[in-house]
Amino acid sequence: MYQIKAKILFNEKIISGHYKMCLYAPGIAREAKPGQFVHIRIKDGYDPLLRRPFSIHRCEGEKIEILYKVVGRGTEFLSRKKTGNEIDTLGPLGQGFKISPDLKKIVLVAGGMGIAPLYFLAEKLNRENILILLGAESKGKILYLENLKNLNVKVQIATEDGSQGYKGLLSEFFFHLLKENSQIDLVCACGPIPMLKKIAQLSLKYKIPCQVSLEQRMGCGIGVCLGCTIKGKSSYLRVCSDGPVFQANQIRWKEER
Amino acid sequence: MNINLKSKLGRISLNNPVLVAAGTFGFGEEYTALINLNKLGGIITKTVTLEPRKGNPPPRLTETPAGLLNAIGLENPGIDVFLKEKLPFLSQFEAALIVNIAGEKEEDYLTLAERLNEKERIDALEINISCPNVKEKGLIFGTDPGRTFLLVKKLREVTNIPLIIKLTPNVTDISEIAQAAQEAGAEALSLINTVLGMSIDVETRRPKLGNITGGLSGPAIRPIAVRMVRDTFQKVSLPIIGMGGITCSEDALEFILTGASAVAVGTANFIDPSTALRIVEGIKEYMQRKGIENFEDLIGWLENSV
Repeated sequence: MYQIKAKILFNEKIISGHYKMCLYAPGIAREAKPGQFVHIRIKDGYDPLLRRPFSIHRCEGEKIEILYKVVGRGTEFLSRKKTGNEIDTLGPLGQGFKISPDLKKIVLVAGGMGIAPLYFLAEKLNRENILILLGAESKGKILYLENLKNLNVKVQIATEDGSQGYKGLLSEFFFHLLKENSQIDLVCACGPIPMLKKIAQLSLKYKIPCQVSLEQRMGCGIGVCLGCTIKGKSSYLRVCSDGPVFQANQIRWKEER
Repeated sequence: MNINLKSKLGRISLNNPVLVAAGTFGFGEEYTALINLNKLGGIITKTVTLEPRKGNPPPRLTETPAGLLNAIGLENPGIDVFLKEKLPFLSQFEAALIVNIAGEKEEDYLTLAERLNEKERIDALEINISCPNVKEKGLIFGTDPGRTFLLVKKLREVTNIPLIIKLTPNVTDISEIAQAAQEAGAEALSLINTVLGMSIDVETRRPKLGNITGGLSGPAIRPIAVRMVRDTFQKVSLPIIGMGGITCSEDALEFILTGASAVAVGTANFIDPSTALRIVEGIKEYMQRKGIENFEDLIGWLENSV
């Protein structure tokens, strides 16, 4: 774990409201595993007060990248950072995906920004073994399709308005896939909670191991403050340090909205 | 110039006056990767209760302007796990070790104190009679001078470990409770705990916290805390650990100049784990600049007019 002043190498808009930031962070880049995150202090001073957590989206050499969507004041400030600015970065944090090397078919399910950690995972896996399902509201909001094509992995798309690929929710598309394929070894999913809930419940029903990457407002990011808990099967779980990647059967999904 | 940062809270000796506040540092384990715990003046543990506590339903945190509203609900592993796993780890550091305890009823506090009594490494107990986030717990003691007096007196009878009483700001006159603690034999006072608050999501028309209300901390409450340290310092002679929104040495010095013998860093640990150590350096630098050799000379050195 490192706390460093990371230099911003670029901070660019990819589509409306969505940005990619690249940081010079050698220690973090060396140690990061897919599914882990960095906790970033958006600006000096104390308003906004807390750091903000971001999945590590890519590591390359001594650089890391994050993908983010502007959703509030914190990310708004972040989007205005310039190349060359330094930003207080803590990481890599949390538990990543746990993938055993003998798995032959892994389905990565990414709803919207959920592609952020799953792209990193896809880069690390044997490309022949994975299928990526990408979901978005419409064609224009599909993130990262070009880069995925360059990765040379199989990608299937669902859009809510049907402007590209399957018309409907990603979870429905996933359901069709499950009915047609019995040979899935593992599902890894990231996206909004309602989507994750459906993906997790379907995977559990079809007895396919499933790992989900969850998001929650965080305090410290390192397991101290107990602020980012969610309901697990027997006790509360800390998203920052017990997760953010959990086995789907650890979570009490009925109580997630 | 030879700067002496040592401070005393009654019988408790501190290498320097900067501690970390209960509930913001866990039991220290997580922070060892980021800072040198030996350089802290003291570590105040997360609240320990008799039985393990699961804590409150999420969401447990929400950010407010320069503040953090929390309702964790004293989640902790209980005294047995504390003694077996946490205390041996914490015992290795040079920093003063202060164990924060809370109970649902008087007997709980007394049992906890008895169980911690023989642990020589523990420098003090901090008695949490001020958590706003648990229904039946300590706050009923901390808002009533009579009950504070009785609890502290009985604790005094079962243990010889120095007792630091942590006070709530959610009262009409904090100095009354402070006086009660003093008369009952407390060693020192910690103030303030969090300020009771609430925040609402107007889109969903729901409270932002699972517990509905929570305790506010962070820079937003600092002026409240400074004022309460002053009120208490003027009326009681017990040493005070000042806390509430401290982020830098200037903040810490506000508390010290108005009467605190030590300070504790809380919420700022989450934002920058090196805050407490930066404050130690900042105070040293201030003393050098002002030509003050002994930290204790700074305590309460407030000019009484602008």
